[in-house]
Amino acid sequence: GIAGQGFASQYSTEEDLNSWEEITQYNNFYEFGTGKSDPAEYAGALTTSPWSVEIDGMVDKPGAYDFKTIMDAMTIEERIYRFRCVEAWSMVIPWNGFELADLLNMAGVQDGAKYVGFETLLRPEEMWGQKRNFIPWPYREGLRLDEAMHPLTIMATGIYGKDIPNQNGAPLRLVVPWKYGFKSIKSVVKITVTDTQPEASWNMINPREYGFYSNVNPEVDHPRWSQASERRVGGGLLAKRIPTPMFNGYEEQVASLYEGMDLRENF
Amino acid sequence: MSHPLTLPERVNIVLRPIPTWLVYLIGALPGLYIVVGIALALTGTYDLFGNRLGIDPAKTLEHWLGELSLQFFIATMTISILRDKFRLKLIKFRRPLGLLTFFYVVLHLSIWVWLDMQWRWSEMWADILKRPYITIGMLGFALLIPLALTSNNASIRKMGPMAWQKLHKLAYPAFLLGAIHYVMVQKVWEVEPLIYLAIVIILLSLRWRRLLPRS
Repeated sequence: GIAGQGFASQYSTEEDLNSWEEITQYNNFYEFGTGKSDPAEYAGALTTSPWSVEIDGMVDKPGAYDFKTIMDAMTIEERIYRFRCVEAWSMVIPWNGFELADLLNMAGVQDGAKYVGFETLLRPEEMWGQKRNFIPWPYREGLRLDEAMHPLTIMATGIYGKDIPNQNGAPLRLVVPWKYGFKSIKSVVKITVTDTQPEASWNMINPREYGFYSNVNPEVDHPRWSQASERRVGGGLLAKRIPTPMFNGYEEQVASLYEGMDLRENF
Repeated sequence: MSHPLTLPERVNIVLRPIPTWLVYLIGALPGLYIVVGIALALTGTYDLFGNRLGIDPAKTLEHWLGELSLQFFIATMTISILRDKFRLKLIKFRRPLGLLTFFYVVLHLSIWVWLDMQWRWSEMWADILKRPYITIGMLGFALLIPLALTSNNASIRKMGPMAWQKLHKLAYPAFLLGAIHYVMVQKVWEVEPLIYLAIVIILLSLRWRRLLPRS
């Protein structure tokens, strides 16, 4: 459908793509279970139409934005990004989507705003994982406003030119390619522009292991495993471990956002 | 006149003729399947696994072998309890089950070293020293090594049964470390590892007297 189209982009990598099967059968989406194949198995229960995104907080035009209205207003591009999970595996994914900045500008970000918070749909009757309380639902994430407005930051609505499947965060999800995957919150229903740092689910559960920034950084280890290297999914039994680049390879584009910051402190 | 047979006595009669080699053989089958599957995959001759291992086969094997280790460990540790509480005479199966536990732990560790970490010794060494769940898993493995090496009649004779039994109490801490290792690998409190941990704690509590030095 319309959500899955787009043009090529200067921001895309030319690395080998992961297959549709790999991208859609190996997911972390704890709303549908903690196993990697659980989301593909159970996400079919999720109703994604009708869908609207509530944009509130420090914006000129707060309100519930219908998904179709958003899609009519946005330009869909293809963005081929590296995707690095905090669990030290990675993929290369051809997303289709639009820049988050365009959506935020549509709502009109007010002066003094510093952060953007996001929430995933809360609907335990369709998302059975939400019946267990290992995460304080709904799943939430946050970015600094400059991170949110960065051209690399997109709302993805498609993969491989097709509408994004439920297990990957239908109908629209955040993608921030220089941060660990859990920052790229799925099935977004709420965006709040604010001047205080928003809550982020993994940071709430275990702040020692998951920082607010969670930028991909091979020099700052997760307390329970090294982040120096990663396994590229899809190489079969002998998938090669490869070194993890700073900011997941987007250092040139995003390093300036963190100038003067101690990345070990602000992990 | 003979009394009617109790249920444990009946079970003992049924199980008595089963030879231990059969336990070794059946117990080793999943491991052999994995080893042969990997060998065939490496040589590119045949795909024994098909789609069964999913998108990340190395991780799937690693987890599967870890679970098998715990399952065999639980079976091993249940034998003495079945004897004490239910008079089931399964002691001859304890050594095969114990050695099979070690076999699966070694395979689990090999997959980590080889397919997962790919011989990156410095990263692995750092992980062993720094990461509690890996430290705990490694410690559990280290405790099992002397047990595996002395799981033979010659060692019992050489050491004497008392010293041998004392050494083999190391199985208890190793058992607990294995279950804790599994719980700690997860990012959240998952149900399955906690069930394993609960089983391990229950089994240990049934045997806690054995852990105390004899007075």
